[in-house]
Amino acid sequence: MVERRPLWTFFTHAVLLLGLVVTIFPIYVALVASSHDTTTLIAGVPMTFGTHFFDNYARVILEGTAAPGAAPVGPMLINSAVMALGIAVGKIVISILSAFAVVYFRFPLRMVCFWLIFATLMLPVEVRILPTYEVIADLSMLNTHVGLIVPLIASATATFLFRQFFMTVPNELVEAARIDGAGPLRFFKDVLLPLSRTNMAALFVILFLYGWNQYLWPLLVTTDESMYTIVMGIKRMIAVGDDVVEWNLAMAAAILAMLPPVAVVVIMQRLFVKGLVEVEK
Amino acid sequence: MHKNVTFKNPWLPYLLVLPQMAVTIVFFIWPAAQALKQSFLVEDAFGLSSEFVWFDNFVALFTDPAYYEVMINTALFSIGVTVVTMVVAMLLAVMADGVLRGKRTYQLLLTWPYAVAPAVAGVLWLFLFNPSNGVLALALRTIGYNWNHYLNGEQAMALVITAAAWPRIAYNFIFFLAALQSIPRSLIEAAAIDGAGPARRFFSVMFPLLSPTTFFLVVVNLVYAFFETFGVIHTVTQGGPGTATEILVYKVFKDGFIGLDLGSSAAQSVVLMVIVIGLTAIQFKYIERKVQY
Repeated sequence: MVERRPLWTFFTHAVLLLGLVVTIFPIYVALVASSHDTTTLIAGVPMTFGTHFFDNYARVILEGTAAPGAAPVGPMLINSAVMALGIAVGKIVISILSAFAVVYFRFPLRMVCFWLIFATLMLPVEVRILPTYEVIADLSMLNTHVGLIVPLIASATATFLFRQFFMTVPNELVEAARIDGAGPLRFFKDVLLPLSRTNMAALFVILFLYGWNQYLWPLLVTTDESMYTIVMGIKRMIAVGDDVVEWNLAMAAAILAMLPPVAVVVIMQRLFVKGLVEVEK
Repeated sequence: MHKNVTFKNPWLPYLLVLPQMAVTIVFFIWPAAQALKQSFLVEDAFGLSSEFVWFDNFVALFTDPAYYEVMINTALFSIGVTVVTMVVAMLLAVMADGVLRGKRTYQLLLTWPYAVAPAVAGVLWLFLFNPSNGVLALALRTIGYNWNHYLNGEQAMALVITAAAWPRIAYNFIFFLAALQSIPRSLIEAAAIDGAGPARRFFSVMFPLLSPTTFFLVVVNLVYAFFETFGVIHTVTQGGPGTATEILVYKVFKDGFIGLDLGSSAAQSVVLMVIVIGLTAIQFKYIERKVQY
């Protein structure tokens, strides 16, 4: 603040605290609900913690709920982790390779490649749901980790980010590498990769969140409970028709579903903000 | 576009772009082309043969009152999400930029919801507003307001907008705060010396300087509301009650995947593609000016 205005300072903090309440309240209620038994929650949610916290988490991880198709979330967490890591690593690898090709080589189909990559920006899964599903079915990739990961790893934004970064790498480095007799692959491995480390880390954080939080894609390609990811699996727990929803277990699953990505954001706050701002540029 | 100094190798660049190209062509270009082709075809009842029908699918789509309803829902939903997110995020960012104490704590605590998937946010807010036991639904009932989004379409729309906006506020907050922190302090101090209070300083100095960020966020928030909120709709309302919260992306899924109306679903996909292409073009036109190549 530029000048001292105690009343204004008070107002500022009041608004921020209100913002924090809106941010944290849903999580608090979810945590509290995940510590009670199902019957306690039927008429309303108490505002204090109950005694079933560990029972609920153990049950939801190992057994799942009584709702049809609501499998244990332990395997779902593993599927989510495999999918998120696979997508993050896959996107980084294929993007950095194609950015290297586009920036450091001149070849006849360069512009065609560039525009094809660009076109993926305009074709999110949501606009080509059925035909993409058919391709996956034809390749018999339904209910496989490969099917969850590979179709999502083409990335225009990551490719552009690396391209942008490579353009700022001084030409002298290429010349020096050449004089020293290093070929393109050697240059890539010993010069570009080490220089890209921060960018890769920042991108990794963003892409991990992207992969973990996918919903529509796993909904389309998995029908086998053992292949569900947690973000899409929760829906099964609350879709019980006329039965009583086991909200305590559903909320425990929701907490488990958000824990890994939230932990990544909190622990890697600086990389996360850098990644977010750079990717969107 | 590329370096002046390049390597020479006849086959290596192709090998390097091969994985990206393979994934792009098999999972992006080919399905999109299929959707385009399908949108001009009508299949018979058994799916055995199909007939080329020019623009019949599109004509059927645009003369269907249900499709207009879905478009209006989508417009309401997207504008609602964009406005709620941006107003709240800008307010919080201006306040967080102004405080001396606890800036980093506020920043950390306000940014983490970005990590929560829209579908999970949907489940959390559904639980808060569940008519029979939701904390907020019961609180509203005690003050005499009857909440039941399973019956009331407007309440259902308000609920999906809230659930979709909640994790998104964090994203907008990060961008606004970064933009505010890049405003030179001297400008704000000069305004203060000239006698401008906090409100005046905001509207005359800070807000105009935020306009590029604001414009960028409007576009990306619309993209988010159009395409990335499927999880919210699917977990919270499934488009209901009736079709009160059915948005374009949800209808493509419903008609294509559940209703198996291939021609109409493909035509809807093509309409969505046109929308994304439009939004992406706006986004890139603006970014071209900002980024130096």
